[in-house]
Order: sequence, then C-alpha cells, then structure tokens
Amino acid sequence: MIAQQISIFAENKPGRLAAVTRILAAEKINIRATNITTADTFGVINFIVDDPRRAAKALTQAGMTVQLRDVLAVLLEDKPGGLDRLTQLLAREAVNINNAYGFVLEGSKKAVFVVDVDQMDKTDELLRKHGIQTLDTEALSAIEPFHYLNY
Amino acid sequence: MYWEKEIETMDRTALERMQVERLTQTLERASRSPYYAERLKAAGADALSVRTVADVAKLPLTTKDDLREHSPYGFLAVERDELIRMHSSSGTTGRATVIFHTAGDIAAWTNIVARSMYMTGMRRSDVFQNMMTYGLFTGGLGFHYGAEKIGALVIPAGAGNSKRQIQLMRDFATTVIHIIPSYVLHLSTVFEELGVDPRRDTQVKIAFIGAEPHSEKMRQKIEAFYGFKAFNSYGLSEMNGPGVAFECPEQNGMHLWEDNYILEIVDPDTLKPLPDGEEGEMVLTTLLREGMPIVRYRTKDLTRVIPGPCPCGRTHRRIDRIKGRTDDMLILKGVNIFPIQIEKKLMDIPGVGQNFLIVLDREGYNDHMTVKVEVNREFFLGDLKQLEGLRRRIVEDLKSAILITPKVDLVEPGSLPKGEGKAVRVVDNRKD
Repeated sequence: MIAQQISIFAENKPGRLAAVTRILAAEKINIRATNITTADTFGVINFIVDDPRRAAKALTQAGMTVQLRDVLAVLLEDKPGGLDRLTQLLAREAVNINNAYGFVLEGSKKAVFVVDVDQMDKTDELLRKHGIQTLDTEALSAIEPFHYLNY
Repeated sequence: MYWEKEIETMDRTALERMQVERLTQTLERASRSPYYAERLKAAGADALSVRTVADVAKLPLTTKDDLREHSPYGFLAVERDELIRMHSSSGTTGRATVIFHTAGDIAAWTNIVARSMYMTGMRRSDVFQNMMTYGLFTGGLGFHYGAEKIGALVIPAGAGNSKRQIQLMRDFATTVIHIIPSYVLHLSTVFEELGVDPRRDTQVKIAFIGAEPHSEKMRQKIEAFYGFKAFNSYGLSEMNGPGVAFECPEQNGMHLWEDNYILEIVDPDTLKPLPDGEEGEMVLTTLLREGMPIVRYRTKDLTRVIPGPCPCGRTHRRIDRIKGRTDDMLILKGVNIFPIQIEKKLMDIPGVGQNFLIVLDREGYNDHMTVKVEVNREFFLGDLKQLEGLRRRIVEDLKSAILITPKVDLVEPGSLPKGEGKAVRVVDNRKD
C-alpha cells in the first residue's frame, strides 16, 4: 500500500521550518514523523501527517511549494534486526532508497519505516509477496502512536 | 620616454587636422561596407560632410546592436581575403560581436599598444608576463603583440594557475606583468600563502591592470603590496581591444590615442556632445581601421575628459576612470556579462520559476557571482535529487553562456524582490 508524504521545498535558513509548522499547528494537523534533507542552501522538508491533503492545501495557500509524494510506510517489528530484514530484501532486489526515516509506534513492538524508493510499484509488490505490511494514508491517519518515552 | 614623440606631443591644431583627414578616409572606406553604404546615405552624410572634428557629431551613431544585427560581414569594408584575424567580445545572447582585422589593422593596433607600454617605462630589456586569457578575448594577443613590438621577452602565461605564475615570475625574472585587477588582488593571498614577498623575491616593477573597472584606492592597495607601479588600461574589442587609452607615468587619467580615434563624450539621454570635464557616455570613431571601420560607436562607458594639459607633454586628451555603464553590463573577473544572457538561459530551463537575482560579492580578494533562482512550483516533485539536478543544470548552462561558473541557489517561489515594472536583477555588493 502506498502512503502519501507531504514535501515542502524550503531554503536552508532559520525560520523556514517554523513557518511550516506554524501553519500545520493552526490547521490542527497532527505530525506523525518528519525528516529534512538539505543540499547546501536549500532542502526539502518531509512530513507524514494525519491529513496530507488538508495540510498540502493550507501550505499551498500560504504560498509554499508543496508536493504530495508517494512513499512506502513499512510496518516493522521494533526489535534488533527489524529494519535489517527490510533493507536486505531491498538490496537483493536492487531497489534504491532515496530517502528514509522511521518512528516507533509501540515501544518494543511496532515501528514504521518510511522509504522513498526508485521503483515504487515493484517494491510495493515485493513487500506484499514477503508478507511485510505497509500502511496507507488512512491507516497512518488512524494510528495512535505511542512514543517510547511515555513508557 | 616617447614611442612616437611627434605624434604623442603633436599640437592640437595639427592633431585635429590629422583627425579630419583620417575621418574623411574612414568614411570613404566605411561606405564600402553594406551597413554604412546604406546608413550614411540614409543620414545624408558622406566623406565631404566633415570639415572640422566637431562635424563628427553630424554622423549617425553605431551601437552594439547594430554590430550584432549585421554580424558577421555587414560592417566589412574590404574583401574577405584581406582579413588576417578576428576577435569577438563576450556579447549578449545570440550572435557575438565579431571584429575582423586586416594586416594593417593589426599593425596599427600593435603600435598603439606598444606606445602605451613604452609610455609607462617598459623597454626591450624587460621580461613581460602576460597573465591574460589568450584567444577570442583581445587582452591576451593585443598586449602580446605590443610587447613583442617593443622587443621585450614575452612570457605568454595566460590566465590562472597562480602558483605557476609566481614560479614563472621568479624563474625568469619578470619585470612587467599584465593582469586583471581582481586577479592581482587574489594573487597577493597566494604570495602570502607561499611565504613569497613580491617586493623582495620578484623583479616586477610595472603592472598593467585593465579589462575591469577599479578604484584609485584599489590601485594604491595593489601598489603597496607588490611595490610596483600599476597603470590603468582601457580598451574594448569593438575599438581593437587594449591600447585605446592608457595611463602615463603621471597616473592621472588615461591618454586616449586621438590619432587612432575620435573621442566624444555625449549626454546619454539627449546624445548631444558635452564639453571637456563633464561626465557622459564615451563615443569613439576609428580612424585607421581598414577591415571594419566603425563610426561613432556608443561604448556605453561613462567617463569624462580631464580638462587641461598633462605634465607628461602628451597632447592627446585624457579620460577619467570609467564611472559606470549606461546599460546593465557587469564585469566580473574581466568578463563582460549582460543580465539578459543569464535571463535567456534561465528561461529555457524547465523548473525555473518567475524571478531570479544576480548577486555579486567580494570575499577577500575574490569576486563571486551567485544567481538566486526561484523554482517553478509545478516542477517540484518533493525530491531533493531532482532539485540538485536542476541546480547543476543551471550552473552548466550559465557557464556555457557567460564563461564563468556562478554559484546557483534555488529559492522559494515569490521570495525574491520584485521591482516596479522591471524586476530587480542585480545586486552588486563589491566594495574596495
């Protein structure tokens, strides 16, 4: 299943992330995970949020350059070797990961690893075949993450 | 102290008589070119219409656009077999401005370059290191020929490779150099890095610094560091290149060789002639050109004639440092750049948004160009790799257009300042 990540083009300078989160806060958008990639003077801010379409609309209206981007939100076991199982599989199949970040769903039980890969459909199929679960946007929206520090 | 005493110190009346005579010949030659045959006829002007130097003001002006529109052969006044060399200026997009030279043109040009160099004290016993780009750019070959004409030993070092430049200076006891002002400042940091003191460890006593406007303060800084005399040089490829005007040992204005050119300063708006001392746009007419005579060329350079005689005894009038341009041309590392060149390239690249900004900075002694480019909203796919690819493509495309490698920053759409009507395209932060 394909999930949607919201990506925002931003200059790499103080205040840009704050400008984005201010809008998301005002819109009562819940952020599940975030990641920032930069290339010198500019970068891309990525979010997994509970309502990517509404978030994209609000950010676009504020004049930002926004794109909803397909990613795979892979459900992993939160234990040693959990991520390795996924990455070994992708490596064997020569799938390249362009960007990735993760968050814990339930400490010592479940984690989500978000990957942006070069062959999305092939990878989606591959994971299904190997019984690795992925979450779509709705599933991501429905989950109630428990941060491990809460335990 | 004079290369050609009779000409350099000729009294003004005789000099002007010579100019009228040469202007008449120039008009005769020019009317053989397709462009001027038509242009002069349309203006009702011919060789008979000039009796005094002031009559030049009755002739039509020529612009860079005219040269470009009729490039390459529209201005040619001789058979192509007569040509022995071409040079080209860094022009705007599309056709470059090409200048063709006959053997006579090269000889006349070489002579005024030799005259200029000799004036500053350079002699046949000197070792001349030419640290300029050779090739289509006139600064390399122009000075090279002039120095050979004097009989000096020429090291055609070319531009760049600072450590080798310093090595050459030391190994062959260079006494005279030709270098652009921003590069000579940068080179001083390399001297320091290497622990070489140019005052103690080199023999250089004269430097020609041209192709780039610079201030008196910058000259003093250069002279203080190196311990040589730095002479300002003015030229433009349409008028040959270097050697059009040059500083004498007084270092107070550049003598413009009036036996080779007619000098006018005009009001850039009304195009009416201005008296000596008043600042305006310099207009030049070639007097000895055979291949491509050019009448009343608008240089777009702002300067003034320094009134009064020069203590050096030369009667050819002096122009002041170039104060600026009447167009938006930029000069960076000796390269002429028009913002339109950058604009045209950018607009051809998918992914580029509405606006861009050229920022010029001076870091230490190094000048840099940064082009800030707004990204097209539609282009963005949420992918950093795609943005990085866009940035690299812009760098490559701009490099091919302007010959120097700019830094390119991608910025958010709508983040750059918008000018009233015409967008603000250039911010020049370079200070002394």
